Amino acid sequence: MKSLSRREALKRSLIGIAGAASASSSVQAQVTTLGTHPGPHDLMTRGVPKDAGIDPTAFLENWDTGVVSRRANGQTVREYRMIAMDRNLELMPGLFYPAWAFNGQVPGPTLRCTEGDFVRVHFHNAGTHQHSIHFHGFHPANMDGVFEQIEPGGSFVYEFTAEPFGLQLYHCHTMPLKKHIAKGLYGAMIIDPKRGRPEAHEMMMVMNGFDVNFDGENEIYAVNTVPFAYQANPIVLKRGELNRIYLVNVLEFDLINSMHIHANFFNVFRTGTSLVPTEFTDTVSMGQGERHVLEFTYNHTGKFMFHAHQSEFAELGWMGMFDVRGTVA
Amino acid sequence: MNQSDARGNRMKTVHRGLWFALPLVLLGALSLFVIKGGTLSRLARGTPPVEELTIDRVRLTPGHFVVDVVNGGPDPVTIAQVQVDEAYWTHTITPDRTLGRLGRARIDIPYAWVEAEPHQIRLVTSNGITFDHEIAVAMETPRPDARYFLVFTLIGLYVGVLPVAIGLLWLPFLKRLDRRWIHFALALTAGLLIFLAAEALQEALETASRVAGAFQGTGLVALGVLGTWLLLQAFGGMGKGESADPVAARLRLAFLIALGIGLHNFGEGLAIGAAYAQGAVTLGAFLVVGFMIHNTTEGLGIVAPVAQDDPPLRTLALAGLLAGGPTIIGAWVGGLAYSPILGTLFMAIGAGAILQVLGVLYRVVGRETGSGRSVWTPLNAMGVAAGLVLMYTTGLLVAS
Repeated sequence: MKSLSRREALKRSLIGIAGAASASSSVQAQVTTLGTHPGPHDLMTRGVPKDAGIDPTAFLENWDTGVVSRRANGQTVREYRMIAMDRNLELMPGLFYPAWAFNGQVPGPTLRCTEGDFVRVHFHNAGTHQHSIHFHGFHPANMDGVFEQIEPGGSFVYEFTAEPFGLQLYHCHTMPLKKHIAKGLYGAMIIDPKRGRPEAHEMMMVMNGFDVNFDGENEIYAVNTVPFAYQANPIVLKRGELNRIYLVNVLEFDLINSMHIHANFFNVFRTGTSLVPTEFTDTVSMGQGERHVLEFTYNHTGKFMFHAHQSEFAELGWMGMFDVRGTVA
Repeated sequence: MNQSDARGNRMKTVHRGLWFALPLVLLGALSLFVIKGGTLSRLARGTPPVEELTIDRVRLTPGHFVVDVVNGGPDPVTIAQVQVDEAYWTHTITPDRTLGRLGRARIDIPYAWVEAEPHQIRLVTSNGITFDHEIAVAMETPRPDARYFLVFTLIGLYVGVLPVAIGLLWLPFLKRLDRRWIHFALALTAGLLIFLAAEALQEALETASRVAGAFQGTGLVALGVLGTWLLLQAFGGMGKGESADPVAARLRLAFLIALGIGLHNFGEGLAIGAAYAQGAVTLGAFLVVGFMIHNTTEGLGIVAPVAQDDPPLRTLALAGLLAGGPTIIGAWVGGLAYSPILGTLFMAIGAGAILQVLGVLYRVVGRETGSGRSVWTPLNAMGVAAGLVLMYTTGLLVAS
């Protein structure tokens, strides 16, 4: 046990004397401290940032389907442009982060195609460090973005056939890997099954975080980069309509992340690689790199929260709201 | 004196003034050149600005934190967000989110803090730099009402006034000693003052490390210690009266010792008041008794110089009040308006005052032992050592 300095001990012993005199008032304090909460789910962060690189609401349904052409054999070809660059993002009002971003946004664009399509990604490195793109999915070794590192100013073309169908992830695979991912070089690629999925209102959600003081821990948690974005601007859903969330976890530094929706349950399609749900639940936990497709329908109107069920992540930004409207479908 | 002489003198003054101003003008021109001339851009390396925020003080009211923050760094700092216990929290900042160099701001955070539990406040700047403050034990910050003054007066009485007063009551005992032993008592006083000075200096330097960088805590300690020492040297009254009237000189010494201890106790009261206001842990009555024993020696120190005289009771009471009373005032101030700067400064002032008294004490004992004989008789040397040992051992009573 650490020994006390004389003065420290003096302070403490005197608290004893004074404590007796103040005991009555402290009981009073305990009662009154409960009086001045902010509202249960008020936005704590002075609104949303103006220069976050993405509009979180637009990002939900922003699919980049590429420039489409067709080969003689009938195969669809989709060409995408991806540029890695350094960019300052305003993550919260007044808080700036020196990000590395695909096409100037974090997460990078959501690339969308159908299984069997021929995908061609024109990558250019406009940043200040080596970068690459590593796609999850089937492809040759030289298309894996691991051994072919692109120098600043350099370019590379990734080509592969989109398979298997599901919700895939892409990210920079340059060492140090942790740094290149934490700085923002990641995004999702949706490979739709040939026969499609049922008609639904679809949303892209990438669970991420930011270590703004670079101490190896996140100070900010979010879905789609901007903390509390969907609390400030709730996502409008229609009562009775099927909703589909493409949920990706790329959170760096923390071992696990999760999503919980209020007053409802969802079907889980692990990695989106099957059309048969594997689970019916209201909370799903995911390690880094895992991604699931979630489907659910609200039968009540009103505002419903969704958030990480790690309360700490929730209060550090990973918290949002659905606003379910309308009459019965 | 004729007219041309007067003119000559005036010219001399003008010349002197010009030579004085020359370096200043050059310095001004150089500063202007550095700021406007753009030469600094060659030195800049595109590094992010250095941000340094210091949280001076956090006050707790029911359902509220009030945070006083100061920018001690070279560049302006903007507070973008505030976290409490790892959650972004609503807050208001006055007068502004951006603090200039040496700028201050007040942050109001509505938060249902839990009594007796720790809380953490984290400021996030626009560059993502974080500054943390730990509230060790959440307790409502005392308000300056009647109860508050009563509590702190009680604290001051226990630590300062009563132990000193009890120590004064050694006077009749000292009167019955012969000269050699009175000198021993004075040497013992010196020993205990040295102990107090060392302790005050250590506390001053420790607190200095919490002072915002631009306010130069260590420099503040040097300023406090030496400034006080020099002031008391210059105006301390050991001038012509010193040799004229030994009785008056001894009484003056007693008052100087009382003043030194008083200034030290003010700093101590300040620290205690602040600790109480910020909420620390209680350890019990045994320690309080330990402190009473420890601090009673301060009273002995005051009466030792006047043991061979017959000072009126009122004079003694006044000296006792001068030594012990400031603890109460210090506790009041500490509880209401403590800041690391204030804590550092007053501990340094206490140390300076005690060091000055030590010098006076040395001269008085030197004169009393008579010219040609060394002050350092075996008994006197033992006295100093005994003073140190006495403080050390009674100090053990309060260490746990």
